[in-house]
Amino acid sequence: MKPAPFEYARAGSIKEASELLARDDITARILAGGQSLGPMLNLRLAQPDLLVDITGIPDLVAAERDGDSLYLGACVSHANVEDGRIPDVTNGALAEVARGIAYRAVRNRGTIGGSLAHCDPAADWPCVLPALGARAVVQGANDKREVAVEELMQAPFEPGLEPGEILAGLRIPAMSPDARWGYYKYCRKTGEFAEAIAAVAWDPARGFARIVIGALDTLPIVLGDNERLFGDTPERKPFDTYRPEEADRMLTDAGVRDPLKRQVHMVALRRALEFASA
Amino acid sequence: MEQGVGARLLRKEDDRYLRGRGQYVADIKLPGTREVAFLRSPLAHARIGDIDIPEDFANRVFTARDLKGVTPIRAVSALPGFKPSDQPPLAEGKVRQVGEPIAMCLGDTRAEAEDVAAAVMVDFEELPAVHDMLQARRPGAALVHEEWGDNVFLETFVDDDIDAAAAKAAVKVTREYRTARQCMAPIEGRAVLAYWDSRMEVLTVYTSTQMPHIVRTGLSECLGLSEENIRVIPPDVGGGFGYKGILLAEEVCLCWLAMQTGHPVRWIEDRREHLTASANCREHHYRITAYADSNGKLLALDAEATVDSGAYSAYPFSACLEAAQVASILPGPYDFEAYRCRTYSVATNKCPILPFRGVARTGVCFAMELTLDAIARELGIEPAEVRLANLVKPGQMPFDNITKKHFDSGDYPEALRRAVAAVDIPAWRKRQAEGEKDGRLIGIGMSIFCEQGAHGTSVYAGWGIPMVPGHEQAGVRMTPDGGLEIRVGVHSHGQSMETTLAQVAHEVLGIDTARIKIVHGDTGLTPYSTGTWGSRSMVMAGGGVATACEQLGDRIKAIAAHLLQAKPEDLRIAGGQVFSGDSSIALNDIARLWYRKPQDLPPDVDTSGLEVTAGYKPKRDSGTFSYAAHAAVIALDPELGDTEILDYVIVEDGGVLVNPMVVDGQVHGGTVQGIGTALYEEMPFDESGQPLASTLADYILPGAAEMPDIRIEHMETPSPYTRFGVKGIGESGAIGPPAAIANAINDALRPLGAEVTDTPMTPRRVLEAIAKAKGTEGEGGQA
Ligand SMILES: Cc1cc2nc3c(=O)[nH]c(=O)nc-3n(C[C@H](O)[C@H](O)[C@H](O)COP(=O)(O)OP(=O)(O)OC[C@H]3O[C@@H](n4cnc5c(N)ncnc54)[C@H](O)[C@@H]3O)c2cc1C
Repeated sequence: MKPAPFEYARAGSIKEASELLARDDITARILAGGQSLGPMLNLRLAQPDLLVDITGIPDLVAAERDGDSLYLGACVSHANVEDGRIPDVTNGALAEVARGIAYRAVRNRGTIGGSLAHCDPAADWPCVLPALGARAVVQGANDKREVAVEELMQAPFEPGLEPGEILAGLRIPAMSPDARWGYYKYCRKTGEFAEAIAAVAWDPARGFARIVIGALDTLPIVLGDNERLFGDTPERKPFDTYRPEEADRMLTDAGVRDPLKRQVHMVALRRALEFASA
Repeated sequence: MEQGVGARLLRKEDDRYLRGRGQYVADIKLPGTREVAFLRSPLAHARIGDIDIPEDFANRVFTARDLKGVTPIRAVSALPGFKPSDQPPLAEGKVRQVGEPIAMCLGDTRAEAEDVAAAVMVDFEELPAVHDMLQARRPGAALVHEEWGDNVFLETFVDDDIDAAAAKAAVKVTREYRTARQCMAPIEGRAVLAYWDSRMEVLTVYTSTQMPHIVRTGLSECLGLSEENIRVIPPDVGGGFGYKGILLAEEVCLCWLAMQTGHPVRWIEDRREHLTASANCREHHYRITAYADSNGKLLALDAEATVDSGAYSAYPFSACLEAAQVASILPGPYDFEAYRCRTYSVATNKCPILPFRGVARTGVCFAMELTLDAIARELGIEPAEVRLANLVKPGQMPFDNITKKHFDSGDYPEALRRAVAAVDIPAWRKRQAEGEKDGRLIGIGMSIFCEQGAHGTSVYAGWGIPMVPGHEQAGVRMTPDGGLEIRVGVHSHGQSMETTLAQVAHEVLGIDTARIKIVHGDTGLTPYSTGTWGSRSMVMAGGGVATACEQLGDRIKAIAAHLLQAKPEDLRIAGGQVFSGDSSIALNDIARLWYRKPQDLPPDVDTSGLEVTAGYKPKRDSGTFSYAAHAAVIALDPELGDTEILDYVIVEDGGVLVNPMVVDGQVHGGTVQGIGTALYEEMPFDESGQPLASTLADYILPGAAEMPDIRIEHMETPSPYTRFGVKGIGESGAIGPPAAIANAINDALRPLGAEVTDTPMTPRRVLEAIAKAKGTEGEGGQA
């Protein structure tokens, strides 16, 4: 379990990194916290010629309030989110989720951008960021674009990034003070990957409601169309009119054929909703 | 401060361990060392065709063809009908398990050696694999060893007539149980560093093992090199649990390579190799019918047990130790009259099974204790009552049970009563009846079992495996400045023997434990021993140290007698002094005289010197019987199937405890492993024999966050047969938890009419049990 040979470069700027990544004579791969890529290298599931370490790029560790949203550089660690070293715009949701990721040693190094770019369906951020309506800021050597996080993720373990593109940061909308959120992750033991994840956010002042069901074989199910789950009364608290048959049908449609698995996802969803409406 | 037997002495070895200064195989640096990576079989069962080695690597890749003069590892048992399996150190002709070593590849670093391994191409002709021990016995199953004609290493029978007793029964319960295949997961995996010492003309092998002398004997047999030319050194070993009680194919290979190349070579096992390639444990299946009267008193037991032994018979314990043990220990601490048991040690295309902490006792306790609870539920009486109706009583001690196991001492009902009192069952029953606010179900469960430990010659001679323990020897030597060196052939890797054996010596000679050094882990420095296994070290090596210290004491007295002008038999050793009445002489002074001022000794002095090696066996070698009652309270989430342990109590009787703090540590560690067996650990295989948990992301170990505060109470009934009355206790913790927790889960599930019978009791298995009881496949939309 030792990696195949590779070269290593530590980029000083996004431009430098994306130039290295855009080279077509070699395969290059971004290294952020290394908490997912490291094991893949050791198992020889990934055998790049070059690793481009982006954690030394100052822009990527920025964390600042920007009008109605929070901008988080991709290399902000789970631990910095957990410890409240970033402004809180989500009524505590980000810190609470960060605290439940893996173990502290992993959180010290693992990054929010790396987690999203890894697109692991059982990971926390790929479920929570869509629930919060976050947008991804993507930067290439010359241009920059913004896209909803759920659109960035193309398939499990496949972010929609062009050669040379880097996920530079995330823009997370600020919640109103009376907005509610709920998160329920079920795993076999502390630090294990999830068997079921449900994230809900509900911000009546902004007319925003989201439900995300994760830890599936596919990318998370993101529901912005709350009518399908709650009927036609979005002004009421999420749990009041929750329609379990609908969620069950969505899970079946997403390929979860096993009734016991569906049961576990449904319980997670109900508990997230209960948390949000408590 | 007290330092002798019974003292809670802080561990001598902790200073280096807690400061990270232990020395493990991987810490040892020898100039010129090259690294080995093994090319291993990706298939469970296949014929090997051509092996294509790139020309660049021609002298860096070695296969079975190269290992001239090396003979296969062969661990036979003398039990009638046993079919031996030859395990070639590198596969020949056929591979019989995923992970079986095919080629040894050399590099300057491990990564380079893995590059070489990745470049070697092997042609395989895949064969149907035997992936399940029950299917393995069916006609038409693929054959792991064609020449056998079936897949059974050994069948055993205890064939009493049970029909008469069974006819009188008021209740009859029948159950099937399965315990999952597990990995032993020591923090340090295996590791081997071998080189040829040309000055001594000795093959020196650093290896992470529990039994250095047995490894030396095994290496000698496989390599055709005599034992005085082999030195085996296990330095610090980061956990064993049985996983390191084996002669490894890799050890044989590395030794051959070291002699072949003339430079040091090393192989450090990685986690994937540990999980999938080397050895697993615990996989049992039981079919049991128990007959009882209306009070729950057992009348007869009818059992069939199957153990998945994997592809090869591991050296030295063999492929049948586990199943043969099942037949003899299934009755546990219960006294009943009629017993029938058939066991099968079955070969499959999986890695060999090794005895893990608790060996067969964990599975046996699970099967027996779940059966007793099934009887209790059937009769509607408290599980503790059923046990009390059946447990051997203190007045019966010493007691020979139905399988002729000789129980040395103890009060089993008292242990159970204390455990029941400690968890306060009535209070929990009340809470259980009221119901939890969060909808979880409370369950209370218990288990009680005995742990035969330190069983010796008579027991093992009957099994006729490559290793039979005899008298355990210990060497003691006084240094010229009055310190004491103790040499033992057992190995301490978590057992705290550097402390507890010093306590034993202190008890006899009164020397300060700070001046006592335990030397272990080197065949060049220590007397022969079968090593550390079977909860034997404190009983056997402790007895050996005491015996050697007593004999050393006699020699000291012989010298002191001259100096104190008294008769040796009138002298008394205490607190590092020899006393004759009120006058005394310090042991240091005697040491100084003997070694450095011999001119002051009388001419007719006893010439034997201040160094003794002595052997020891208890008065009976049929084993000590420690025992424990475990009680668990759990909360079960019926929607997710998740179990949380709310309280866990152990009442343990390990005879006289040399160091109660160390025993607590042993019991805690074992219990955590037992909780792993109960709730988390499982190595599943697919139909083609692929192990499905090849990293620790898939193989789930218990973690600190999930562990309860384990409460331990001690009873100390001395063994009448051993020095100081000690009993073996090292494995105990790992035996009771799966049964106690399963019984608690089944107690919680009772209102739903559901029952679990297989380990680990994962949320999934619990949900399946609930769904089965409801007659649905699951709830789907009902959440
Ligand atoms: C023991 C363990 C337990 C874990 N448990 C959990 C858990 O419970 N929940 C959870 O969510 N996660 C868990 N993780 C994963 C952890 O959170 C990782 O840190 C995270 O998934 C990846 O972040 P990273 O910074 O380490 O990325 P890396 O491992 O460095 O990279 C991951 C992938 O993303 C790419 N990448 C990284 N950054 C960027 C970027 N800015 N732009 C484009 N591509 C990029 C890399 O090329 C690579 O393909 C666990 C990890 C471990 C080792």
